[in-house]
Amino acid sequence: MASLTQLPVPPSAPARPAVSPRPRTKGPGRTRPNFLGGLGGWLWLAIIIVPVYYVVMTSLKNQAGFFTSNPMMPPAEPTLDNYKLVLENDFARYFANSLIVTVGSVIPALLVSFMAAYAIVRGKSRFLNWTNNLFLLGLAIPLHATIIPIYWMITRAHMYDTLLALILPSVAFAIPISVLILSNFMRDVPNELFESMRLDGCSDWAMMWRLALPMTRPAVVTVGIYNALGVWNGFLFPLILTQSPETRVLPLSLWTFQGEFSVNIPAVLAAVVLATLPLLVVYVIARRQLLSGLTAGFSK
Amino acid sequence: MSTTSGSSRRALQPGPSGWLAAPALAFFLLFAIIPLIGVLFLSFTSWDGLGEIKLDGLSSWTTVLTDPVTGNALLVTAKIMFFSFIVQAPISLLLGVFTAGGQKYRAALAVLYFVPLLLSSAAVAIAFKALLDPNFGLGAGLGLPFLAQDWLGDSDLVLFVVVFVIAWQFVPFHTLIYQGGVRQIPASLYEAAQIDGAGRVQQFFNITLPQLKYTIITSSTLMVVGSLAYFDLVFVLTGGGPGYATRLLPLHMYLTGFKANDMGAASALGVILVVIGLALALLLQRLGGKNRNASQLEGA
Repeated sequence: MASLTQLPVPPSAPARPAVSPRPRTKGPGRTRPNFLGGLGGWLWLAIIIVPVYYVVMTSLKNQAGFFTSNPMMPPAEPTLDNYKLVLENDFARYFANSLIVTVGSVIPALLVSFMAAYAIVRGKSRFLNWTNNLFLLGLAIPLHATIIPIYWMITRAHMYDTLLALILPSVAFAIPISVLILSNFMRDVPNELFESMRLDGCSDWAMMWRLALPMTRPAVVTVGIYNALGVWNGFLFPLILTQSPETRVLPLSLWTFQGEFSVNIPAVLAAVVLATLPLLVVYVIARRQLLSGLTAGFSK
Repeated sequence: MSTTSGSSRRALQPGPSGWLAAPALAFFLLFAIIPLIGVLFLSFTSWDGLGEIKLDGLSSWTTVLTDPVTGNALLVTAKIMFFSFIVQAPISLLLGVFTAGGQKYRAALAVLYFVPLLLSSAAVAIAFKALLDPNFGLGAGLGLPFLAQDWLGDSDLVLFVVVFVIAWQFVPFHTLIYQGGVRQIPASLYEAAQIDGAGRVQQFFNITLPQLKYTIITSSTLMVVGSLAYFDLVFVLTGGGPGYATRLLPLHMYLTGFKANDMGAASALGVILVVIGLALALLLQRLGGKNRNASQLEGA
């Protein structure tokens, strides 16, 4: 089951991503340039970039400029007033809320999923088998379907309109995919390594942290990134489980901002830019890790 | 899933305790499985979201099943599922192959391709709402009357606009999955094909496509089951309108529950959503063959 690209490495060294950034595989068509492919590639780039360009340019226009200038042209007099307006409208609080909810969901989800994946892969009991099947079933269920009972539970537990109300279901819904990816990677850790550690008298708890964790690091990173993106950008739970500005997270703030400032399109788009900026910064800094992590996790 | 060596000795070892899986299981039972049972229960009650929950037999089901809006929501969901799959699958596959190539310019393009992954659905929806405005958007900017239509107000066009925006947002993720899949195809296969004189198109159909079988299944499953979850994007972009033109099943459920305050009927819609999701996932698994963990490298 171990793929050829994943060779055993000593447990002390951090495991390499299953797919190295520069693969030996060059893909088809190294002999002569692929003009058709290149054309398609540039076309898709245009499709991706035009909306982004429009949003950034418009966010730098003042309202009068927006109504009079050509929508696709850069502003004659660029202004940051829209950004100021957004920042003055409690942007920092929404940002902090998003950060708390994301970190508060992703770390516990990683921890419990990792432990579960270790038990499922290394253990052999009917209970674990049953647990694994339940998680696999969870992958097929559209989670939106459960919002009404969740709303009922959260209101009953007097957690409505708190950040904890967003964190708890987010953790639960992150578990199935996390366990799946982590256990797929954990199966590729050679059994001999576990055996030799066991002969040295290591407990399962110690093997989990000292062998399984370093060996599955790319998967842990993948799962962390994937879940963080999902929670950070999540909209449905905040929409139904929170209400006041004190608990508002960024995606929901965009929506309410759009309601309040519907005529001021440049300001609404400035809010879009500001809400995306934190992730863009992360992307620029950790791009390689992010992309190779996601690739490794899902193509197994 | 057994490993080649040490299996006989491993049978003597106790293996990790099932308790390691308990925290993940507890979270998942509490916030996913219990709500799943809850949604079935609530579909036999009447509840306005605030007052008491009263058992009400099949009345919610009668309401939902006789309401023409339900049938329409199912139809809209099916259409969006079909069209977004038809649009996304080939584009993601081709872009995945394209970005897996070793060329520098492709790597640079890939960096930009993945920017939509960073945006929340709310942000994407707000950006496109502005961009598609007939007076202040793309059409007016480029001076092309064809692009200056009332994209979101025309009930014949709006469905395809939604499909396009969905593709814009989700193709990057699936491209990433395919890119990872292509990079795991052994270079030896292409080298052998080149020696045999196979052209680029032949290599694509005879090597790349069959080798990507499991990647295609993974990506397609995520795409199809995922299209039951296009809630936030459509909610912010069109609100389900104009009329009922883009009122997808999950959106219909939300509006029935939280806007029309009929939680019983909304729960019945939730049950329908779960059943469709499970049926689709099972169908796709069956189509793809059972042993998904089998090596993709067979015959290499």
